[in-house]
Amino acid sequence: MKVLAIRSKTFRESYKEDIRLFQTIWIKVWMGLFIVFLSLLPFLGDPYVVYLVNISSVAAISALGLNILTGFTGQISLGHAAFFAIGAYGTAILASRFSLPFWVSLPAGGIVATVAGLLVGVPCLRLKGLYLAMATMSFGVVIEFLVVTLDGLTKGVRGIAVPPVKLFGYALDSNETLYYLLLSVTALCLITASNIIRTRVGRAFVAIRDRDIAAEVMGVDLVTYKVMAFAISSFYAGIAGGLYAYLMAYIHPEHFSFLLSVQYLAMIIVGGLGSILGSVFGAVFITIVPEFIKSFAEGLSRIFPVLEGRYDDNWNIAAFGLMIVLFLIFEPKGLAGIWGRVKTCFKNWPYTY
Amino acid sequence: MESGLVFFLQLLGSGIAVGCLYALIALGFVLIFKATEIVNFAQGEVIMLSAFICYFLVTTFHIPFFPALVITCIAAALLGVLTERLVLRPMLGEPVFAVVMVTIGLSIFFRSMAGILFGHNNLVFPNPFPSETLKLGGIVLSQTQIWIMVSTFVLITAFFIFFKYSRIGLAMRGTADDQRVALLMGVSVKRVFSLIWALSFATAAVAGIFLANVMVINLGLAFVAISAFPAIVLGGLESIPGAIIGGLAIGIIENLAGGYLDQMIGGGIKDVTPFVVLFLLLMFRPYGLFGKKEIERV
Repeated sequence: MKVLAIRSKTFRESYKEDIRLFQTIWIKVWMGLFIVFLSLLPFLGDPYVVYLVNISSVAAISALGLNILTGFTGQISLGHAAFFAIGAYGTAILASRFSLPFWVSLPAGGIVATVAGLLVGVPCLRLKGLYLAMATMSFGVVIEFLVVTLDGLTKGVRGIAVPPVKLFGYALDSNETLYYLLLSVTALCLITASNIIRTRVGRAFVAIRDRDIAAEVMGVDLVTYKVMAFAISSFYAGIAGGLYAYLMAYIHPEHFSFLLSVQYLAMIIVGGLGSILGSVFGAVFITIVPEFIKSFAEGLSRIFPVLEGRYDDNWNIAAFGLMIVLFLIFEPKGLAGIWGRVKTCFKNWPYTY
Repeated sequence: MESGLVFFLQLLGSGIAVGCLYALIALGFVLIFKATEIVNFAQGEVIMLSAFICYFLVTTFHIPFFPALVITCIAAALLGVLTERLVLRPMLGEPVFAVVMVTIGLSIFFRSMAGILFGHNNLVFPNPFPSETLKLGGIVLSQTQIWIMVSTFVLITAFFIFFKYSRIGLAMRGTADDQRVALLMGVSVKRVFSLIWALSFATAAVAGIFLANVMVINLGLAFVAISAFPAIVLGGLESIPGAIIGGLAIGIIENLAGGYLDQMIGGGIKDVTPFVVLFLLLMFRPYGLFGKKEIERV
């Protein structure tokens, strides 16, 4: 009964309390347990699970960047894959051609992507909604074209092989060894993002999303904050791209198509727009759904032999499309919304609200 | 005639033919945008799907070309009504972002479904028009190109008459102008919306079938619609004459850029030019030549 009493209502008595990173002690406890679980995972789970977690954490960083721009600031971007590609290529070129160490090439890739983000963000300032969607999409297409065409820099369709990360003299060249690195970078990105969001900058972003003209009247400088949102978002995408290059050890223009941009959008829509937790949910969900579809298709073809060998990537893409449509129609707040409802339900039990 | 001039005119001629197709595609976008303020990102997939449907009607079922075209248009119109009813109507009143994303979700769903149903092969449409070419003072145009120009012209005239003189056309213009007033005047806005989607998808089907005649049919056909975005932005999103002029302009620019710049830089310029134009347009004149400039109030 005592536990229930602690959990049932949390009153906040000051603004400082309202924007605290960890609202209750229980969040800290659960977070700690989760971290322990994650750090033991390579010893418990099979290597494929570790690989999936690695892929999801790269996706989570990138989705987080897109969510800062699209979910929090309300600026639609259909060219997120372009920044991801710029980060990946920046890191890969620095690491393979100039053999720079990991701790230089990864941030450098992020900075290159940020510069690209500024280059797009500044001229896009006067656009919004639909027009912004089209502008960012055309930027994505142009980058896709440049990656193939600038053969001397990107090696075109031959792709670039990336040397493994070297840390204190050890080469991190397997999924298990990269796991902790990826996890700590992801954690760093998540903490930074939550801190951005709960401070002045984050509140300015949300104000711009809700009504940009009203925000400007209230004293939020649209130019500064919109450009800042673009820069932060593309920095995250660039870092994710760099990690992706190290994780895959090989990058190719085909990895960065328009479909990838749509996939990131699917992540933040399914996970929850304007929610940090949602970006993580979405990234994990969109990464593991194809695995479920695959095993489901295999099970189905065992029952109906006609379907044998009919499974291909198209089914996954169809599932993304369908999920975007269904989530927007039936659950616009995404998985984070569902999570919140479930939590409130437990917290207020046995009362309805 | 001088060979440089002939080269230029040749590029111009085939540019106009491509531009007519862009104009048709742009028309499909503008019809929907004008009435419902939605840009349907799935328009390209409708184009691709209708090309496939018409191909199978002609080859597998041995239906002559023109009846096949009509059947395809009817199928596309039905798809339009279904899409509006099932997907877009629940989204009424939602923010722009959600509506844009719903149509993008729809587009990748359609595309992958086409991939599952029709596979990834390149199909070649059996050319329904005689293959001899026409020569006009040194410029060579194929019969298909002439047919494209003529049918674009006929369709656009038909649309013009429909909007100007028919009762439903008037209702559509009224809805585009002010939904609430149209509703008060007894116009069924819901019916107008589904009709508009049907009309737009049927236009897309015509564009798709003609595209299938000049290109190979594969999933990539859907991207042609994305290349038509600059056309609608150039013309202004809610202007039908704008769509036509924009389409022609983009067709010509693309062909000229392909003809002159490809020699200097190497292939692929043709495909990326529309996007560079789009990017520049959005920077300098986002409301296009004929679009209305919005004034916002808080």
